[in-house]
Amino acid sequence: MSAAYPNTDLTMPTDQSRALLSLRNITKQYPTVIANDRVNLDVMPSSIHAILGENGAGKSTLMKLAYGLVEPDAGEIYWQGKQVDLPNTAAARKLGIGMVFQHFSLFETLSVVENISLTMRGNRQTLSKQIREIGERYKLDVNPEASVHSLSVGERQRVEIIRCLMQDLKLLILDEPTSVLPPQHINSLFDALRKLRDNHVAILYISHKLEEIRELCDTATILRAGQVTGTVNPNEKTAKELATLMVGHDVPSIQGQHPKKTSETPFLKLSSLSVESHDPFGTSLSNINLDVHGGEIVGIAGVSGNGQQELSRIISGEVINKQLLPNAINIMDQPAGHLNPAARRLLGFSFVPEERLGRGAVPPMPLSKNALLTAFEKGMLNIGFLKNDTINKYTEKCIEEFDVRCAGPSATANSLSGGNLQKYIVGRELMLAPKLLFVAQPTWGVDIGAATAIRQRLLDLRESGVAILIVSEELEELFEITDRLHVINGGTLSPSLKTSELTPNDIGEYMIGNHQSSIERSGVNHAV
Amino acid sequence: MQFKLDRRVHYSKRMLIATPVIAIALAVLVSSVLLVLLQKPVLLTFHSFFIAPFENFYSITEIFLKFGPLLLIAQALAVGFRAKVWNIGAEGQMIIGAITASAVPVYLVDSTSALLLPAMLILGALGGMGWAAIAAYLKTRFNANEILVTLMLSSIALQILYYLLLGPWKDPMGFNFPQTVMFQDEALFPALFEGVRLNTSIFIPIIFTIGIWLFMEKHFGGFKLVVGGLAPNAATYAGFSSKKAVWSSLLLAGFAAGIAGMSEIAGPIGQLQRSVTSGYGYSAIIVAYLGALNPIGIIFAAFFLAVLQIGGDVALVSADLPISAVHVFQGLLLIFYLATYTFVNYRLRIIRPLTHSNTKPTP
Repeated sequence: MSAAYPNTDLTMPTDQSRALLSLRNITKQYPTVIANDRVNLDVMPSSIHAILGENGAGKSTLMKLAYGLVEPDAGEIYWQGKQVDLPNTAAARKLGIGMVFQHFSLFETLSVVENISLTMRGNRQTLSKQIREIGERYKLDVNPEASVHSLSVGERQRVEIIRCLMQDLKLLILDEPTSVLPPQHINSLFDALRKLRDNHVAILYISHKLEEIRELCDTATILRAGQVTGTVNPNEKTAKELATLMVGHDVPSIQGQHPKKTSETPFLKLSSLSVESHDPFGTSLSNINLDVHGGEIVGIAGVSGNGQQELSRIISGEVINKQLLPNAINIMDQPAGHLNPAARRLLGFSFVPEERLGRGAVPPMPLSKNALLTAFEKGMLNIGFLKNDTINKYTEKCIEEFDVRCAGPSATANSLSGGNLQKYIVGRELMLAPKLLFVAQPTWGVDIGAATAIRQRLLDLRESGVAILIVSEELEELFEITDRLHVINGGTLSPSLKTSELTPNDIGEYMIGNHQSSIERSGVNHAV
Repeated sequence: MQFKLDRRVHYSKRMLIATPVIAIALAVLVSSVLLVLLQKPVLLTFHSFFIAPFENFYSITEIFLKFGPLLLIAQALAVGFRAKVWNIGAEGQMIIGAITASAVPVYLVDSTSALLLPAMLILGALGGMGWAAIAAYLKTRFNANEILVTLMLSSIALQILYYLLLGPWKDPMGFNFPQTVMFQDEALFPALFEGVRLNTSIFIPIIFTIGIWLFMEKHFGGFKLVVGGLAPNAATYAGFSSKKAVWSSLLLAGFAAGIAGMSEIAGPIGQLQRSVTSGYGYSAIIVAYLGALNPIGIIFAAFFLAVLQIGGDVALVSADLPISAVHVFQGLLLIFYLATYTFVNYRLRIIRPLTHSNTKPTP
């Protein structure tokens, strides 16, 4: 099907003759949105090309098109000047295109070389040798015999990149590669990527982090609502200019007053909380101590998969550990370790989970029924029967006050955009008037406008004396709104750190366990 | 050319109503072909299936006699299915309900007390619930798959029934037939009309249906079960207990199936015998899905399947069909229904290959 197409066509931009990969007028429509709307893109050989955009701007769809995971509804793809079809990923790999996803596709129980031998011919010894050679050449060191589950996230990412490099790679696509890495590992990733570029591998780099794009990339194509809003040299633009291209208007800033006095007793107190994980790939929590007072925002930083999930579920009551003493978790000075989420809400606790669809909200149910999910104690029931008036009023008030863009209380949760649904869930929980609010990843997958609004809400809430705990992987966010920070690493929590006295690098040290205190903490780890 | 299913943004109401009609049409079409191949009279067969059951008063009452237990069990099963509790052992729960209810007239052969029937009703309900409780306990305590457990419990229930009928409960005057004594009139529901088998037990499923409708549409308890079925993590997040959902779904089904079993032995059959369930426990699964797990839909589905069963009986005789042909038709109906139902939530899209040569790109 890949008919040759004369690359001297007058309607083509001149760049195309030299470009490695060119996309022309690519359009991809999904039932509810146009993910890509007549997108043009030229990736030059030996360059690092950023695709910049907010969540939902169409970055991922574009990358999936380039990797053959999704077929365009209209438009053409050119590879080294020739028109090609990419009906599947095998076709893309054959051309020399490789991709590393945000979520890795490695078997945890197998070793590195075993994982790679699943997709590569050759016996294990030659493969091991190749892995070592590639590792040395590009500074992507990894032990081929190590089991994947024993590797850090950074090492796993290296394995994924090496797997792409084992083939004759010309274009490497990376989807938000730094979102899973601690700051220290980001630099070594960038070194490796630069080395790759100098060895004639082009890199397509998807991100929404402006600073790292300015540092690393030669060209940036910016997407907004499926359309290209500009192709620029990121080094020549300020982060603010890039953000404006990305969002379409000036980015609002948030303001919080200096923290007032905090409450005397903590609203949330975790004392020597240890929970063993039954999942072999889960994280055991060991000896966690944490205080959150009214009138302060405490953050938990860390690379994902270090126990955040487990800790969140223990604090929220979604997992109740029978071995835990009730007073290992104290909410509003009451032992709560044995209480289920509904009972904890009655104490003044409220929780916004990181997964909005399927956990924070029931996808096919209308917003009104989703209000019932946690707010049913707010006069919504009459001897168990639903009071639709009260439910609808609550929902309408939440929609209005929190600026949720939707068709009304009868709109289903899955018809809302990520940002709007998050505003709705946060609103629903805030309308419960909690004394203690726990938010996991408050602005994950949320556009900048909604993220700013949510952060502002949290700051306002702190002024009114609410205790707020935030788990986030976005360091910038934590620096922006928290008063104190803990870093979680391997299921243990660092001591309390004052945010104003920290640099990202300090946190990075704790994230990878390089800090002095990590020695004693790893001792605890083994004891469990 | 390629075909692709795209998820609809909103489910299609038109498709939802059209689904049963299309399913019936397709089932009739395919079985017509089969009938021609079998050299059976096509028109006479469908006449027996769809027209003959309404031709006289007696067979109309017979439709309602079948309608009752189907409706009762299907309503309860649908609640569980919406909570994703897969109880497919209503058959066994029905058998045990029939057995426990029969204990009263079997041991109190001479009693003429007015309390006989209420006692049987309560014992029947408790028997069904007790049988379902085994599955609920194993599920919540050991996470044993309820599909397997309820199914196997049905086989066990059947063996218990056979044992009782061949052993301790066998009618001593019954010429060694595997059945109990005929129950006294006080242990039977009174007939609704002179000379028909339809009796007052028909009101139980109707009242039960109203209750289920209120529970599922208007009550927080139903909401909790539906949330647990649609998004288990959201149910956990909200603090709704999944164990309670398993227990209440199974106990409700056991309750309904137990009463259905009791109404059979205290109604048309009048004694405990081997064919006490007539397969209602399994047919009710079909009814629940045919009614889209909706309390109102299930009323229509139960009625339809009752007609089909009476019609099948007529066709056996008048069109000289084998019993398996009746089952094939019923099976076809379900398959086509489920296939058609896909289009309530999905839309078929035909993809033509992209033509490159004719489209000039615009810069």
